[in-house]
Amino acid sequence: MEKILLPDINNFHQLEVYKEQGGFSAAKKAFGQTPDEIIDSVKKSGLRGRGGAAFSAGLKWSFMPKTTDLPKYLCVNGDESEPGSFKDRQIFEFNPHQLIEGTLITCYAIGAKVAYIYIRGEYHKWIKLMQKALDDAYEHGYIGEKMKSTFGTDFYCDIFIHKGAGAYICGEESSLMNSLEGQRGYPRVKPPFPAQNGLWGNPTTINNVETIANVPKIIEKGWEWFAAIGEPKHPGTILFGVSGHVNKPGVYELPSGTLLTEIIYKYAGGVPGGKKILCVIPGGSSMPPLRGDKLEGVKMDAESLKEVGSAIGTGGIMVMDEDTDLVKVLARITKFYHHESCGQCTPCREGTGWMEKVLNRILDGNGSTSDLDLLISIANNIDGNTICALGEAAAWPVRYTIERFRDYFEKRVNKQITLPVKNKVHSMRKTSFPIADITK
Amino acid sequence: MAFQFTEENLERINQELKKYPVKKPGVMAALYIGQEQNGYISYEVIEEVARILDLTNEEVYGVVTFYTMYHQKPMGKNHIQVCTNVSCMLRGAYEIWDHVKEKLEIDHLEVTEDSKFSLEEVECMGSCGTAPMIAVNEDYYENLNTEKVVGILESLRNGN
Ligand SMILES: Cc1cc2nc3c(=O)[nH]c(=O)nc-3n(C[C@H](O)[C@H](O)[C@H](O)COP(=O)(O)O)c2cc1C
Ligand code: SF4
Ligand code: FES
Repeated sequence: MEKILLPDINNFHQLEVYKEQGGFSAAKKAFGQTPDEIIDSVKKSGLRGRGGAAFSAGLKWSFMPKTTDLPKYLCVNGDESEPGSFKDRQIFEFNPHQLIEGTLITCYAIGAKVAYIYIRGEYHKWIKLMQKALDDAYEHGYIGEKMKSTFGTDFYCDIFIHKGAGAYICGEESSLMNSLEGQRGYPRVKPPFPAQNGLWGNPTTINNVETIANVPKIIEKGWEWFAAIGEPKHPGTILFGVSGHVNKPGVYELPSGTLLTEIIYKYAGGVPGGKKILCVIPGGSSMPPLRGDKLEGVKMDAESLKEVGSAIGTGGIMVMDEDTDLVKVLARITKFYHHESCGQCTPCREGTGWMEKVLNRILDGNGSTSDLDLLISIANNIDGNTICALGEAAAWPVRYTIERFRDYFEKRVNKQITLPVKNKVHSMRKTSFPIADITK
Repeated sequence: MAFQFTEENLERINQELKKYPVKKPGVMAALYIGQEQNGYISYEVIEEVARILDLTNEEVYGVVTFYTMYHQKPMGKNHIQVCTNVSCMLRGAYEIWDHVKEKLEIDHLEVTEDSKFSLEEVECMGSCGTAPMIAVNEDYYENLNTEKVVGILESLRNGN
């Protein structure tokens, strides 16, 4: 199978090599077409977002207003902070020029003159690598005003890196825009959607790094070619990042729809010690987990995973063997979402903290059966009641892990335990003043 | 004591500002540069960033407190960040965390007396495929185990 994103070519990250391999010919071809033609091709190719929601890229681009005097923007989302996800950094490191070329084509298609690549602050090394690639491309006339003579067009655009500073929430698209504007990274209420009201109030499109990196090949080889790879409803290759209890963790570029078991056993080398699998999270820590005894026949694409009650997310596959402490895993996941909640919405801010406390209580051996229902109830009260999808991201793992591993969790709680206070929710909160003071 | 950016750093900030149609987005880069020059983000750094970017102190302070990579107190020369999120945890991150805590005798966000080390438990750093990992200042160390971490700490202690 031909790799689209991470081809096995030495020094492909260097501009010279990229050019030798036909680099920037797709941009040249694209600039000879109308923006509408490009949007149409990408739509027909079936390319879906690789940042989590698997939304059609071409359709998203078509939401950008065609006639407007406002400047338009593209944000390339390289925040990559979802636990279990480590694929975009491969593109920064091994194929930055294809990302640049995809950014140029996307800017042309949506009419943006400026693109920002938002990269998480911890990725110092990858920011430097990406900046080097940008500098080289600028110098050789592939970005900026010099593009006009290089490509012989009127169109040109600029690409800048914006460095994050440690906040998972900034991967959420509206939070990303606030962060880019130099504010606290609070997600915005939608609508209005970014295509109408994005960066500085202007029409903006946000796409994941991997999504954008696919674009040059779609233009170069035609949408029919891309649409024929993998599963028809979610075509192309996907960068699957496999981590946890496997012999060969890493990023594997494979056609969508590849069997999960094939990825784990054939590519990632199976489970150390030949142990059984207890649980797999198929798309980054916020996606519903799958039981180890229900992995047979599960295909890795958006539609197939939906059928088995999960989602493709970022394609980050986390494998846990039979000896894993699932309560500990769920408590750790929940600690993460609690820590990363921006605090704007009460259900998310408080609910994540409550869930973390209850899970730690179970972990300490002080949980009761009713705690399991309490957890699901808190999760249900977060889900759908928040500004952004971090709420769901925190609620889903709790609800689905407990529902799908009820037997496991039942064994970890002590039916005898009764808590000292009836109102469990309030009893978990720390009060720094005597209760008598407020009841006076 | 008032804080002032060096000429060179002011120039770096000006370069950053060229990316944006307004000044405000430069705050994140300016804070990084201020932290680098001053060692941490003091209130004086906040005031100076606000002044040069035409922002209020509160706006800048709000940014500082939102992001975990801005430090409001001096950190150690070697800021050790241990990822304990799930993929790392499954491969022994908590053993590493406990060990480093014990070795350095400090806890989350504390600094050793000689200021050589500070410690932070961090969330997923995007190295799940090469887990477990730690970062020292800006550099990632991956595919670790406790012995390797001991070696890293030793060489840092000896100043290499
Ligand atoms: C809490 C949260 C965190 C997110 N983090 C990321 C991220 O790190 N990278 C990313 O590309 N998308 C992330 N997303 C999804 C973005 O909001 C957005 O949908 C995506 O960047 C769109 O790109 P795509 O359509 O190409 O997938 C996150 C969403 C939420 C709710
Ligand atoms: S759901 Fe959570 S992270 Fe999202 S806006 Fe509300 S409080 Fe912030
Ligand atoms: S879980 Fe540690 S780097 Fe992702």
